[in-house]
Amino acid sequence: MAFNVANLRKDFPIFERTIRDGKKLVYLDSGATSQKPLSVIEAESDFYKFHNAAVHRGAHQLAEEATDAYEGARLKVAKFLGAHEDEIVFTKGATESLNLIAYAMGNAMPGTRFALTSKDKIVVTEMEHHANLIPWQQLAARTGAQLSWFEVTPDGRLDLSNINSVITENTKVVALTHQSNVLGTIIPLKAIVARAHEVGAVVVLDACQSAPHMPIDVKELDVDFLVFSGHKALGPTGVGVLWSSELDDLPPFLYGGSMIETVTMTSATWAPAPRKFEAGVPNMAQAVGLGAAVDYLTNIGMSNVHEHEAVLTKYLIEKLLQVPDLKIVGPTDLASRGGTVSFTVGEIHPHDLGQYVDSQGVAVRTGHHCAWPLTRKLGVPATTRASLYLYNDESDCDALFDAILGAQKYFA
Amino acid sequence: MELDSLYQEVILDHYKHPLNKGLSAPYGAQVHHVNPSCGDEVTLNVTAEDGVIKSITWDGVGCSISQASVSIASDLLTNKSFAEADAILNEFTELMQSKGTKEGDPDVLDDAVALAGVSKFPARIKCALLGWMAFKDAAVRINTTVKGD
Repeated sequence: MAFNVANLRKDFPIFERTIRDGKKLVYLDSGATSQKPLSVIEAESDFYKFHNAAVHRGAHQLAEEATDAYEGARLKVAKFLGAHEDEIVFTKGATESLNLIAYAMGNAMPGTRFALTSKDKIVVTEMEHHANLIPWQQLAARTGAQLSWFEVTPDGRLDLSNINSVITENTKVVALTHQSNVLGTIIPLKAIVARAHEVGAVVVLDACQSAPHMPIDVKELDVDFLVFSGHKALGPTGVGVLWSSELDDLPPFLYGGSMIETVTMTSATWAPAPRKFEAGVPNMAQAVGLGAAVDYLTNIGMSNVHEHEAVLTKYLIEKLLQVPDLKIVGPTDLASRGGTVSFTVGEIHPHDLGQYVDSQGVAVRTGHHCAWPLTRKLGVPATTRASLYLYNDESDCDALFDAILGAQKYFA
Repeated sequence: MELDSLYQEVILDHYKHPLNKGLSAPYGAQVHHVNPSCGDEVTLNVTAEDGVIKSITWDGVGCSISQASVSIASDLLTNKSFAEADAILNEFTELMQSKGTKEGDPDVLDDAVALAGVSKFPARIKCALLGWMAFKDAAVRINTTVKGD
């Protein structure tokens, strides 16, 4: 193992508490949100305690310190992604990042690069989280563009057999998840990016489930937009990231203070990116907290995080497959999959299963995981999902295993 | 254990052997309700005559709480007047919002008192209410249609 989990867990205050009458907290819901190390909690509270002022405004020391802290966080995030700091926009979350891209494209003047018409196509996949589906459905509805998608195979992979007829000469945008939040599938990005760029489309990558778990280099991925949320990557809620090398050509989404260059009573011009996408006083303390989260992850090393999760995912899947009547929904082979494992257990409804394992101190997610078209396609109304992170170990997987066996007895 | 107050034997019985499951052919009103946070679904057919509920049939998918609750409601509310059904529904809603402080009146709620424990699990209250809210919707539709006639 690349690092000592027992020592690392001491950095996370929440693991000091117990659950349901004194039981050890077994947190297997990091796909929904991660727990926070003390350094992140303190970075956020220290900002309020010692440096609080509106960034980019004010001629005083606090404003200087606040701006330094905020822009420092931007630089950290940029390095984390192998990007330039001017390519990083702070949003309130990945959902806002994706809406920003879709709305900004909708704001593009007719005839300009990102303007969509009824002749254009937007491509998504069947395994998108609602946050990377609905903004595109709505953009298609507003512009008349056609929405099409890659289908999912029964074993939970993207079907690229018809890639050339899904991504056509008319395709302007290909928006897709890097790693499914339900299945754990890591998609074959390279082939999709190559085809998208061949026809001049931009690729929007939802990296919510990948950026917290593996090394990301935007140049290597060769995508045009990438988003992730802070709170799934050890950071605070209320802050997300939008990275793009194409920000200069993209019109603004939200208008207001901070994002302008000049303003008259009848018109305005925009500040250069990333400022033109950050109207209003931003979520400063949260961005600074995310900077601390990125420091924490960088210090451990994203390759180590990834390796730890790969080993643990293998252990978890092997363990789960020993449970009678348990079916994994998604790939069981470990190639190109992450530490998110969805499953069903016989006739026990996921809510009932989730409730029982919770009584044993085990936190999992149940339901359609905000990817309703996907669960519908796979023919399951809901699943139970365990998602791993750097603070989980074999004992957490064992606890889930024991709790599932307990549920089978309880609901027999 | 605390969990036993949620999963009473009566609930698991209704879940495994649901009453009135399978939709009737003729109906006065049909409603389809979903719980968007979890995907639980119920379709309810209600027929009425002279202000009395003659039958409630249903179909659905979901957890034991949502499915048992609609089974209980379909049994309990049949052969009641809309006014009586409304009173029972209000009593049940109050029980669900009681955070474990009420036991429910078995004379009014019958098997539905077994769902009292749900009120201690905030995330499950909407499961228990799914079928009841569907019935409320169906009742409004039936009565509007009748008045419209």
